[in-house]
Amino acid sequence: MGNPYLPYPVRIDRIVTETEDKNLKTFRFVFLNPEDEEKFAYTPGQFGELSIAGKGEIPIGIASSPTEKGFVAFTVNKVGLVTTHLHNMKEGDIMGLRGPLGNWYPWDEMEGKHVVIVGGGFAFTTLRSSIIYMLDPENRSKFADISVVYGARSPGMLLYKDELAEWEQRDDINMHITVDGTDDPDWKYNVGFVPTITEQKITSADNAIAIVCGPPIMIKFTQPVLEKLGFSPERIILSLEMRMKCGIGICGRCNIGDQYVCKDGPVFPLAQLKTMPGEY
Amino acid sequence: MTEKVFTKEEWLGTLETLKESYKLFGPVKDGDFHTFMPLDGNKKPDFDYENTRLSPKSVIYPESERMFEYSLDESEEDAHILKESPKDYSPCAVLGIRPCDAQAFQIVKRNFDNPEYQDPWWTQHFEATTLVGLGCNAPCATCFCTQVGGGPFHEAGLDVLLFDLGDRFLAKGITEKGDALLEKTAGNPADDAALAAAEALKQPARDKITATVPTDQLKDKVTNELFDAPFWEEVAFACLNCGTCTYLCPTCWCFDIQDEVQGNQGDRIRNWDSCMFPLFSLHGSGHNPRADKFQRVRQRFMHKLKYYVDKYQNGVQCSGCGRCVRYCPVNIDIRNVCKLMNDFA
Repeated sequence: MGNPYLPYPVRIDRIVTETEDKNLKTFRFVFLNPEDEEKFAYTPGQFGELSIAGKGEIPIGIASSPTEKGFVAFTVNKVGLVTTHLHNMKEGDIMGLRGPLGNWYPWDEMEGKHVVIVGGGFAFTTLRSSIIYMLDPENRSKFADISVVYGARSPGMLLYKDELAEWEQRDDINMHITVDGTDDPDWKYNVGFVPTITEQKITSADNAIAIVCGPPIMIKFTQPVLEKLGFSPERIILSLEMRMKCGIGICGRCNIGDQYVCKDGPVFPLAQLKTMPGEY
Repeated sequence: MTEKVFTKEEWLGTLETLKESYKLFGPVKDGDFHTFMPLDGNKKPDFDYENTRLSPKSVIYPESERMFEYSLDESEEDAHILKESPKDYSPCAVLGIRPCDAQAFQIVKRNFDNPEYQDPWWTQHFEATTLVGLGCNAPCATCFCTQVGGGPFHEAGLDVLLFDLGDRFLAKGITEKGDALLEKTAGNPADDAALAAAEALKQPARDKITATVPTDQLKDKVTNELFDAPFWEEVAFACLNCGTCTYLCPTCWCFDIQDEVQGNQGDRIRNWDSCMFPLFSLHGSGHNPRADKFQRVRQRFMHKLKYYVDKYQNGVQCSGCGRCVRYCPVNIDIRNVCKLMNDFA
C-alpha cells in the first residue's frame, strides 16, 4: 500500500469562474501519471485533498462524476490561504490531489427509488457529480424519478448554469431552481428559500430518498419539511463539512463523537446523526 | 525467553555494546526533571527516577516530523511535486520506559495502524524500536495504571522488562525483539534469588496505587447523554486551555499538517496539535463546532473515556501515567472526571 499522505501530481487543465462574485471557480485536473487516474477511482459524494506545495491542503468535494473520464473537477470557494492561492493559479500549473477520501451517497440503497436532491449555495458540487452520474445512460434506468431543488442567493450565484439550463430541458429529471431574490425581470425559475420551494415542489416521500447538501441554516429548515413529507430519518442523507487535515481518520480533529467526518463520513443518514453529539 | 541479571555497573557498561546495534534513548536528568534523550556523546542515563515529565512518545512520533519535501524552482522538472523525506529507520531502543508509557504505544497503535490506513512513519518508527521497560518499585501519588488495565510491572507492550533489585537489574525478555536485544548484552543468567526478588516487588508496588478510577460503566453509557451531562461547564471552569495535558499525554496523538518554505525549497511537516486550542476545529467559514472552552475540555475527556472505548472496544485511551494530573496548572484531575462519567446516570 502506498503512502496515504502523498498526493498524486496533477496539472490544472481548465479553470471556470462560476459565480458573479468570482469567489467560486471550478478547476479541472489531469493526472500527470495516467495510472493515477485509475487509482483515484471515486464514487459521487466523496472528496479529495487539493494539495499546493508551499501552501498546504484543503478537503473539497468532488464535483465531477466518475462517468466523466480524463479529468477530475472541484469547485472551490475562495476562503483561506490555500483556496486564495489556488484561485490565483493558472491553467497548466502543477499541484497535487489526494484521495478519493470519505464515504459516498448510498447508491445501492437508492436503486429503484425516487431520488430527491436538495442543495443550496456552493454545496451543490457533489450533488452535480451525483446528477451527472445518475443521468448517464448506463445508470439512468437504475433510479425512478429524479427531482432537484437547488437554490442560491441570486441568479448570478448559481453554479453550473449551462448544465442547469440543459437539465431544465430534459424530461428525465425534474428541476426546481430557485433564488432567494432577484430583480431580473426575465428570471424564469422560482424565487424563494430552498425549504419553501421543497415544500411546494416535492409532493411525496413514497419510495424516495432525499440527499441534502447546503449551509447549516438551509439544512436546519429543510429537515422538518422533509420529515413532514414523510421522509424517515433513515432516508434523509446529509453531507457534512469539517476542518480536516489528514483526511484518513488519523489526525483527530474532524470527529463528531466517535465518527470521523473525513473517513466515516462525510455522508451520514439523519438517523445516524441523531445518535451522535450535535457538535458540527 | 531470556532472563539475565546485571550489576548496575554491568548494565551501564553493556549499554556501550548495545550502541553498536541500536540508537539508544534513555532517561537523562535534565534540570529538575528526567527526559528521554538519545544516549549519544556523554549523555548518561539515570535509572533512578519516578517518571519523565514528557512521555517518550516523541521517539516514535516526533513532535515535528518532515513528511514530504519539494522544490518550487520552476526550472526543475519536478517542481511542486512532493517526494517523501528521507528517514532513518535503523534499530533504536528506549531504555527505562515505564510500563504505562509502553502501554500507551499500544493504545495509539490502534489509531496509526488500523485496518483501513497505516501511517507509514509511525508504523515504521514503531517497528524499528525495542522497548526496554523499567518496572515501578515506587509508583507516584498520581499513578493509576492499575485502574486502566496496566500495572507497575505490566508486560504487555514491552519487549524487555527490567526489575530494579537494588544493587542489580533483572532483565526479562518478553518478545522476540526483546530477546534479540538481550542476546547482545553481557550479564549472567538469572538466578533463583533474583527471580524471587523480582516477583516480590510486584504486589507492594501495586498496593502503593490507591486511586480508584472506575471505568466499567463507560461503554454502556449513551454517548449523547454523557455529552449533555450537566457537569462539563463545572469541570472546565478553571481550565486555561493551555494544552499541557495533551502535550504530556502519551496517548494523545492529534496532529496538524503545515507547509514550510525556505527560498525555493519546502517541506510538508506534521506537528503535534491539541484539541484544547480553538484553531484545532475552526472552519474556513469562521464556524467552529468547539468554539467554547468547555466544549474542548469535554472533547478531550469524551475522546479518551467514551469515543475511544466505543470505537475500539478495548478500554479507555489512557494508560494511567498521571502526568496530566500532576502538571495541570489548575488541578483538573482525569480520575475525578472519569468517576463523574462512569457514575453518571
